[in-house]
Parts: sequence; structure tokens; C-alpha cells
Amino acid sequence: MYILGISCYYHDSSAALLKNGKIVAAAEEERFTRKKHDNSFPINAAKFCLKSQGISIKDVDYVGFYEKPLLKFERMLSQHMQSFPKSLKTFLSSMPSWMNEKLRIMSPIRKKLKYQGDVLFIEHHMAHAASSFLVSPFKKAAILTVDGVGEWTTTTYGLGEDNNIELMKEIKFPHSLGLLYSTITAYLGFSVNNSEYKVMGLSPYGDMNPLTNKYYKKLQKVIDVKSDGSFKFDMSYFKFHYADRMPSKKLCQLLGSPVRKGESEVGQRHKDIAAALQMVLESIMTKILNHVHKVTNCENIVLAGGVALNSVYNGKILKNTPFKKIWIQPNATDGGTSIGVVSYIYNVILGKKRTFVLKDAFLGPGYSTETVKKFLDKNKIKYSTFKNDKELVDTTAKLLAESNVIGWFQGKMEWGPRALGSRSILSNPCNPEMQEILNLKVKHREKFRPFAPVVCEDDALKYFDCDKPVPEPTDYMLMVYPIFKEWRKKIPSVTHVDGSGRLQTIRRSQNKLYYDVIKKFGSHTSIPILVNTSFNIRGEPIVCTPHDAYKCMMGTGIDYVVMSNFLIKREDNQRDIWDSEKLAID
Amino acid sequence: MVKNKSLFGQIWDFLRVRKAWWMTPIIIMLILIGILIVFSQSSAVSPFIYALF
Repeated sequence: MYILGISCYYHDSSAALLKNGKIVAAAEEERFTRKKHDNSFPINAAKFCLKSQGISIKDVDYVGFYEKPLLKFERMLSQHMQSFPKSLKTFLSSMPSWMNEKLRIMSPIRKKLKYQGDVLFIEHHMAHAASSFLVSPFKKAAILTVDGVGEWTTTTYGLGEDNNIELMKEIKFPHSLGLLYSTITAYLGFSVNNSEYKVMGLSPYGDMNPLTNKYYKKLQKVIDVKSDGSFKFDMSYFKFHYADRMPSKKLCQLLGSPVRKGESEVGQRHKDIAAALQMVLESIMTKILNHVHKVTNCENIVLAGGVALNSVYNGKILKNTPFKKIWIQPNATDGGTSIGVVSYIYNVILGKKRTFVLKDAFLGPGYSTETVKKFLDKNKIKYSTFKNDKELVDTTAKLLAESNVIGWFQGKMEWGPRALGSRSILSNPCNPEMQEILNLKVKHREKFRPFAPVVCEDDALKYFDCDKPVPEPTDYMLMVYPIFKEWRKKIPSVTHVDGSGRLQTIRRSQNKLYYDVIKKFGSHTSIPILVNTSFNIRGEPIVCTPHDAYKCMMGTGIDYVVMSNFLIKREDNQRDIWDSEKLAID
Repeated sequence: MVKNKSLFGQIWDFLRVRKAWWMTPIIIMLILIGILIVFSQSSAVSPFIYALF
């Protein structure tokens, strides 16, 4: 039995395919169209899913969609009516897309996919809940989903057991932690639905003491929080429910200045506001989680929704709440709901037993050695061939120890926003200049953002003050933990200002070559940790194909790409036509 | 399992089940405007549409 899941028309469209209870393929549309956060119908992702299993759409038993469009339409109309006439402009601008595509989702499914069977619509937060619980290692777990907004719901909790999910309580739009985070993100001059993680990264530079951070007290005026974590916004501080900008004048007055312009300097007050926001979020989340534990009396928790990508808070959950184990799927945001849709249809609607646990994120397109070689030869690219895996590992580790920047293109692409060792840029974290080198050569990031470390799972507890045992979400770079003091100065490019690191742990069973390279690098430098950042140029999605990877290297300062079992050196090849650097935008 | 209905069938079921009758005039208005836009692109009827405004 095959089930195809679709998520689209908001942000990060995706498709996922389930075969007899097992997720066999999943990808986001942006990786194919090369438009970051592409929200169009995921026809390329769907085609990839089908092709990966050698099937056609006729073999698919059900197609599922990640929300109920009419329910969402009801919310849209309701919010516009309540704010009329202030909402007239956004009403007029949003209606064409609703009439043309969002309400008529059956049309592209029938026409583009050429699918004639049944389509099932799963509520958005149920899709989130299913995307985490049904593929988690837990038989029974409390579930918390927190995002911007689905149809009406912004936050929900419940209990999952075997192949059933019961969502018990919900908080509805416009009261939304995700939208609060996005509003302050917009206020700080960053892009919404894209740069929330930058605000999270900025927060440790601010005053993280709730007693002395004046913005913390100010932000508390915006939200009324009850002891069980339920919350209600004072909507006079927001405009997102009727306008195309998020903070209101009143919020700007409360925070003491207008919205920061994108390219202007990030000052101390911006850092303090980011810190205040993070503290407000953490305080509410802790209250909610304590309440969820009390209600469900379960020691396992699974999270989903965009807020579940707040890795700084995720790393504190087991310390701050009674939960003992945590699980988050690698694509916890809207893009990840397509695996929730297929799992929900199979396990809950069709009542089949759960037989699948997501153990790695490598569900995307992969390219055989033959395909890569053909690409290289066709484009007259100069390369050398590794004799075997040992030579590949030894050479790569040596180049990394010499502080070269390596594009690492191996196996199937990652599912979710993080590069986890299939489409990564790797470098030496021990080099104190590596952060600057990477920024200069490739990433052009804001200075306040450090890079992420990757460490073999069996070495993690030596360098990082993780929960024990190391929770599985660290495999997906979803938990931030303190780096032990004695190591901080030895791995400066992955150490944040507060001494933390957003680590990725890797097990050999997940990715043998990647694991071996890290270990071998450790034998050269005594520290088996690498910098792992996504293989892309600023403003573009992570590379997908050999062409994308090669173009990225030639357009940037990446020194080598290790692609399948080939080594390509940038200096050996002509840059001219491949130079995409000038197209880089954020 | 219920088979997928047409869009109008789905809207009707939605309004009936959720008792969201307040949406009816807005949906009718949007449909009429949509029809008007589609027809206004046809040269045979466009003189009459332009005359209306």
C-alpha cells in the first residue's frame, strides 16, 4: 500500500511517500525548484517520491493533504470580518490565491498529479502531532504542537498511544507563540517564516536575566499567561490579524523604537529584546509542558510545529520539566507535516499497527556514483577518484585538518531544514579563524551566528553537557547544550557567546562515511568534532543535485567537494560560468 | 470512508455541519466577482461589463 502526503501553499511545501507503513521518501519542493521556502504545489517532490520507488501515481492508494482548507478559509474570513475595514487591503490581496488554488486543492491533485482516487484532509495540528508521535520510538507519549497557526489552532496537546492520537486541548488564533516569535522577528528587522532562528541565535548576546532585562517585563504586558501555560494576547500590540505587517505602533512604542531596518546595525537593545522574547517563550513553554505532564502522566514527550525548532529551549526541556525522554522529528515545521499525513492515514484512519521508527533523516534524492561521474565528465570537470572508502575518509580528514573548507555531498538528501551529513559544508572547528573564513568564503552570515558542531554520538558527553542518555533529537541538530568549559576555547568557531553549541550527533549506523571522517579528523587533531553547516549559498536552499553542489562550490570559496567517491578541487576548474555568488540574497 | 465531493458539495457540507451560514453571502459574492472577472476577459461580453463600471 502506498500513501502520498502533500503539504503546500503556506511555506515549505513538501511531499512524502509511505509504503506499507514505512516512510520511504520525503522531500521539500524548494530543493528542486531552488526557491527557498517554496510554497507552490510540490509536484517535483511528489514525482521524486514516486520515482524513488519505481511506481506511478496509479499505484498510490491514498493522497493526503496537511490541512482542511475550508476550515482555514473560515478562519481567514472570520479574522477579516472582525477587523473590517482595516483588513480590507489584506482581504483583497489574499482572496485571489484562495479562489484560484487554496480552496481548489483537488484541482492540482487531479490535474498535476493525475490522481483520481480519494484525497483525505487531515487537520493541520493533527498532521503535526502525527508527524512526530507516529514515527517516534515511543509506544506512548505526551504530544505538544506549537506553531504560527493551522486552520484555527496554534497550540495543542494530547496523548499518543500505539496507533491512536487524542488531542485534548487547543489554543486558537490569534493567540499564538509562533506568531509572537515571528512578530518580534519582524520587529528586529529579520524575515518572517525564515529568520526566527537568527533571533534565537541573537538572544544569548542580550541580558538573559529576567529580573534585569527591561524588555522582558514589557513583553509580559503583551501576553496574559495562566499557571497551566494557556495564554491570551493583547491584540492591540499586533497587526498580523488584519495587515501584512506584524507589530503594531503600540508594540513599537512599548519597545521604545520603530521596526529595525534590515541592514542597519544590530544594537544591544535588539539583543536584549531577542533575549526577552526567548525568556518569555521558555517560561510559557515550561508552564505548558508541566501542565501536559500533569494531565497525561506520561514521561515521554514528542514535539512538533515551528516552535519545536527552537533548539535553545529544546535543550532545556528535560532539565526544566518532569519529562524523561524527548523526541522531535527532523522536519518539525510545516514542511514536515506530509509525513504526519501519511502516517495518520495509515495508522489511525486505516487502523494499521505502527511498525516504523524514523531513525535518520536521509529520505531525499540520492545520486549513484555512475550518475555523478556522468555529470562530471559531461561538464568536463576535473576530478580525482578515491580507490575506496578508506582513502576517501583519510584524504577528507587530512584536508579538513589543514583547514580546507569541504563540500560534502553523499547519499540521500536530508529531510528538514538542517544539513546533517549528506549535503553539508565541513570544516575545522579548532581553527580560531574558521568562523570568519566560512563567512568570507561561503556563508556571509551575521557575525553573531556561530556554526554548528557535529560529533560522533559516543563522544558527545565528553565535550557537551547533554542530557543522559543523549536524546535522539540531537541527531537532527534540534538541541542546544553547553560545551564543557575546558573545550570552549579549543573549538571556538562552534562555541556560542554563552558557551553553548547546537550540536549534531551522528551514529555510525546512520551515516558510516560521515562518522568515519569525524573520527579520523579526531585522530589528526585530538578533537573529533567538525563544523557542519548547510551546503548552500546565502538565500538559496540546500543543494540537491551534483549540479547544484558543483555550482555552489564554484560560486563560493569552498576548496573541495567530496561527491560520491570523487574529489573535486575548485582551483582545478574554471569558475566563470558557474559563478553564482552575485545572485546570493537573503 | 466518504468519497470526495465537488468543491461546491464540500462547501455546502461545511456550511451545514459547522452552521457557518454567515459565510454564505461572502462566498456567493466572491464567486460572482470571480465569474465577472472570467467573463470580462471574453471580448463578447466585455463592453457590457465595462459599461457597468
